[in-house]
Amino acid sequence: MGEKILMKGNEAIGEAAIRAGCRFFFGYPITPQNELPEYMSRRLPEVGGVFLQAESEVAAINMVYGASCAGGRVMTSSSSPGISLKQEGISYLAGSELPAVIVNIVRGGPGLGGIQPAQSDYFQATRGGGHGDYRTLVYAPSNIQEMVDLVMKAFDRADAYRNPVLVLGDGILGQMMEPVEFPDEPPPEPVAKPWATTGAEGRPPNIISSIILDPELLDKHNWHLMEKYEQIKKKETMWEIYDPYGAEIFLVAYGTMARVARAAIESARSRGIDCGLIRPITLWPFPERAFDELADRAKAYLSVEMSTGQMVDDVKIAAAGRAPVYFYGRAGGVVPSPAEIVKKIESIFEEIKGGSKRA
Amino acid sequence: MRKLFERPKSLAESAQHYCPGCTHGIIHRLVAEAVDELGVAGRTVGVSPVGCSVFAYNYFNLDFVQAAHGRAPAVATGLKRVLPDRVVFTYQGDGDLASIGAAEIVHAAARGEKITVIFVNNAIYGMTGGQMAPTTLVGQKTTTSPYGRQQEVAGFPIRVSEMLSTMEGAAYIARVAVISPQTVARARKAMVKAFTAQIEGKGFSLVEVLSTCPTNWGMTPVEALRWVETAMMPVFPLGVFRDWEVGGS
Repeated sequence: MGEKILMKGNEAIGEAAIRAGCRFFFGYPITPQNELPEYMSRRLPEVGGVFLQAESEVAAINMVYGASCAGGRVMTSSSSPGISLKQEGISYLAGSELPAVIVNIVRGGPGLGGIQPAQSDYFQATRGGGHGDYRTLVYAPSNIQEMVDLVMKAFDRADAYRNPVLVLGDGILGQMMEPVEFPDEPPPEPVAKPWATTGAEGRPPNIISSIILDPELLDKHNWHLMEKYEQIKKKETMWEIYDPYGAEIFLVAYGTMARVARAAIESARSRGIDCGLIRPITLWPFPERAFDELADRAKAYLSVEMSTGQMVDDVKIAAAGRAPVYFYGRAGGVVPSPAEIVKKIESIFEEIKGGSKRA
Repeated sequence: MRKLFERPKSLAESAQHYCPGCTHGIIHRLVAEAVDELGVAGRTVGVSPVGCSVFAYNYFNLDFVQAAHGRAPAVATGLKRVLPDRVVFTYQGDGDLASIGAAEIVHAAARGEKITVIFVNNAIYGMTGGQMAPTTLVGQKTTTSPYGRQQEVAGFPIRVSEMLSTMEGAAYIARVAVISPQTVARARKAMVKAFTAQIEGKGFSLVEVLSTCPTNWGMTPVEALRWVETAMMPVFPLGVFRDWEVGGS
């Protein structure tokens, strides 16, 4: 690893992408992610890459599509309303099996919403978002070093699975500064992409398309994609369990919310309640196995989100009725405070324990 | 024996799905001839639209990408920015290019994107069954303008070549037809010139081809060719609207 430098989240994403060999970026301005395209517009020309400000998010994602067809390591970024506009393109990328990295620095919605941090695009990110039967690997870093590590990994995994990969942040992670280290190793050698449309000299033409009019063939294509998604589930699911006190109540939180949850856990301990944390690092695939590991002793789960309750659905699926699932959230850019979460923890504790705290 | 006529190498031997009397077949052939004549087949990538020519990739011996509706110029931009030494062209109809893809084509031209656009204008949505297009003539009956396109309701047809010829990024813009041997010969020349503009790095190039849709116009193929001349050409006059070699529009 190199030396530690202080970097803003959005800029760290850009530098991580460049170090991962990304040489093409197509974007459109939207708050709170503007530092990322701005950074790329400065840095990409220095490394022989291309930054292009598109006329819209729709155009940007389709430029990504074209660049990916050409075999380029390519990325785009936006924030919630802009990501909605990119969804058609993401569906096409998935259908045509094209690698790309898409960063969403989430802000509160629906509609134009606000510009403050939120986690209200969880459904959109994990349920496909666009039309059709597809999934995207979704990384949810919770600090800037992890953002760097996961952005670099995202390019690698996108190429390996020929599938778009999403990185979900929020306005806090995008705007805050933290010390980060970048690996010293040179960017990986470009992956061979014999499927790319680069001109058919000396080989039969390559065709990249997502139109399959024959229902039998489209069915087959969908099941082929699903097999790939099963592989991703098996090999790429990531999570962290924070359980220093041997807890029975587990908070479930990702990204910025996981940091607040950690503070809430310490505060709850000082009030005599021991809690742990399941932190999904991939939102899709969701780390159901973490819940299996804890099934013997978890008495309750509390999903804490900057939304009105989206990930809680996955927590319920993962808990599979083995323990009750509770929810606490704030929306629209309000970040739940540790005190609010502790209050919720106390009420859950009373419900499951009948009120007796640790001595 | 001397060969006088043969299939262009870039044109595939597959049977095309186009309706009888449709001029897509002629236009495909002209594109293939231009690519062959310029000797760039091995480094050319085409982008097909959504519309009747969605399957154009089956009819060329070229690398091809199928794009979302209207987005071919954006997809071509991505391809060209990664592969600046390749020849990239889009093949788009009037609904795809002038309606849903209006923003993409305008900005590709404004950027002077070094791509070539083959714009097939038949004044109607063909594949979806004959709905009104942005290039439908005032008074023209379609399945969504059953009383004829009324200017008070649906406004006026868009003249794409004239509009784009105001763009400084455009190197070559021409409108041609393929209704007679003479017009086909001129169309062929325009295509070669449009690809040349790209190969020489002059900027954005577009050839608008007035095309027929006998099926949805409710005409015989011969009537359709005549209608291009009598009804379309007065609204969409043929000509070169921008040429980097002579300057201006």
